[in-house]
Amino acid sequence: MISERSAFTRLFNGINLILLVAIMLLCLLPVWYTLSISLSDKAAASAGQVFLWPKGLTFGSYNKIIHDDQFFTSFFISVQRVVYGAGISFIVVLLMAYPLSKTSKEFKPRNVIMWTLVFAMLFNGGLVPWYLTMKSLGLINSIWGLVLGGGLPVFNVILVMNYFRNMPKELEESALMDGAGPWRILFSICLPLAMPVMATILVFTIVYHWNEFFQALVLMNKSEKYPLQSYIRQVAVIIDPTKMDEETVKNMSGLSNQTLNAAKIFISMLPLLIVYPFLQKYFVKGITLGSVKG
Amino acid sequence: MLNKSFAKHYCLMLLPGLIWLFFFNLFPMYGILTAFKDFNPGIGILKSPWIGWENFQYMFELNDSKIIFRNTVAIAFAKMVGNLIVPLVFALMLNEVKNRMFSRTVQTAVYLPHFLSWVIVAGMMLDIFSYSGPVNQVLSGMGFERILFFADAQMFPFLVVGSDIWKEFGFNAIIFFAALTSINPEMYEAAAIDGASQWKRLTRITIPSIMPVTVLLATLSLGNILNAGFDQIFNLYSPMVYSTGDIIDTWVYRAGLIDMQYGLATAVGLLKSVVGLCLITVSYSLAYRFANYRIF
Repeated sequence: MISERSAFTRLFNGINLILLVAIMLLCLLPVWYTLSISLSDKAAASAGQVFLWPKGLTFGSYNKIIHDDQFFTSFFISVQRVVYGAGISFIVVLLMAYPLSKTSKEFKPRNVIMWTLVFAMLFNGGLVPWYLTMKSLGLINSIWGLVLGGGLPVFNVILVMNYFRNMPKELEESALMDGAGPWRILFSICLPLAMPVMATILVFTIVYHWNEFFQALVLMNKSEKYPLQSYIRQVAVIIDPTKMDEETVKNMSGLSNQTLNAAKIFISMLPLLIVYPFLQKYFVKGITLGSVKG
Repeated sequence: MLNKSFAKHYCLMLLPGLIWLFFFNLFPMYGILTAFKDFNPGIGILKSPWIGWENFQYMFELNDSKIIFRNTVAIAFAKMVGNLIVPLVFALMLNEVKNRMFSRTVQTAVYLPHFLSWVIVAGMMLDIFSYSGPVNQVLSGMGFERILFFADAQMFPFLVVGSDIWKEFGFNAIIFFAALTSINPEMYEAAAIDGASQWKRLTRITIPSIMPVTVLLATLSLGNILNAGFDQIFNLYSPMVYSTGDIIDTWVYRAGLIDMQYGLATAVGLLKSVVGLCLITVSYSLAYRFANYRIF
């Protein structure tokens, strides 16, 4: 590679670097600001004196959260939901993707099932029929409503299926020669090789179940049964229309528990903040392999 | 050649997924009947009387329907354009950086917002755009009036589109990164030997090379023109901004689950689903024709 050092190139690279650093900060600052607010003195926060650094450093809000039973109940419901939801969809998606990766010659019903799946992915009854279904299945106020209510993640099935299809046929054939049955081939040969794509869909389902708030809002009658995001929404996000005249909005930050809410928001994103840098290589690989090949 | 007797094992493997698919994806479609009925929850869907297209007629007479349709398309279209151009420009900028450590760090930082839920992002935005928050601090410092962002119908669509681009541009750039790394490095070397400057190489090699991916993504995104982002708007809006912020999905939620107008809400949702399905089918077949892209 020939490198040239003209004035224009240097200026171009310099401005580019500065802009990129600015973009990076733009993505990180809101999180940092929320942390600062949560660690600040209440009065300073509501007076708008906090900018990039906590003012009147205090762990008061975090101390309050430790004694907040509702927060922990919701946190636990979210964890439960993630474990069940991610576990179930991991197994079911794997079991569906493998037979569907066969050609219709090898497995006759394949095409019919595939078209049904694609139709179910692209078309749905909408909100009200969904709600009526959940109600008639008795899933109101049940954790299973949250775990299963999102429906089969068809997109993930297609992702994994495409991965299996691109695997060399010879691997399976040699296992077959050695006397392995279909289950053994799937679990001992295909699954270990599919770990990158399985890890990707695991990340997607974990994030989905951790972040989902709306189904719980509709399905749970009592707010004690809310998962964390729905709880956060209830305490920190809802813009109460009755309080929305100008005077109150101006005073709102003073009235509300801004620092406490910031602390709750920060804690609820903490698990993802911790894990996602480690999972990055998987989802980057998975998303490029599942969608467009450059 | 695989053993014939495997077929029944394959069926067994598919069974849990098919049951799930039936109950939670296919069975709700039966509820679509409510769109054609005077639905009474007390007696169930089947026994409720048929009313034909009445719900649909009523929908077109409503004043709201024009507003929500216009808002949906406007917001979705603005997001579509922004979510294509911003990630593309960002990926091109990052591609010019030769320091691996630096570009890794930037990438990790910009993926972050994608993983936060709209509840959390809305919570943070309420603080940042509040009356005494940092944005208004800066505005008043520069001599402008403070703005009540979340009560301002003029401002609201910009907040929605801007925050969506902020949240997703890093993640959307992944596809462009992949396309950029697959460009043959020999082309750059040959161009450099011929005396092409960094700028020339960008405009003559890099940009033409990722045009196909860009066109493909633009085509595919057409199918989403009625999806303006329920989760986001639901967390950010209030009655004060209904005139510019209410979209089909949020309206359906209020009409159906809050005001209990089941039939009407189902009708609106059904129309949206049908139009959406047609758009997606068209955009997928265009993508197949022009870019040879298939999803399965």
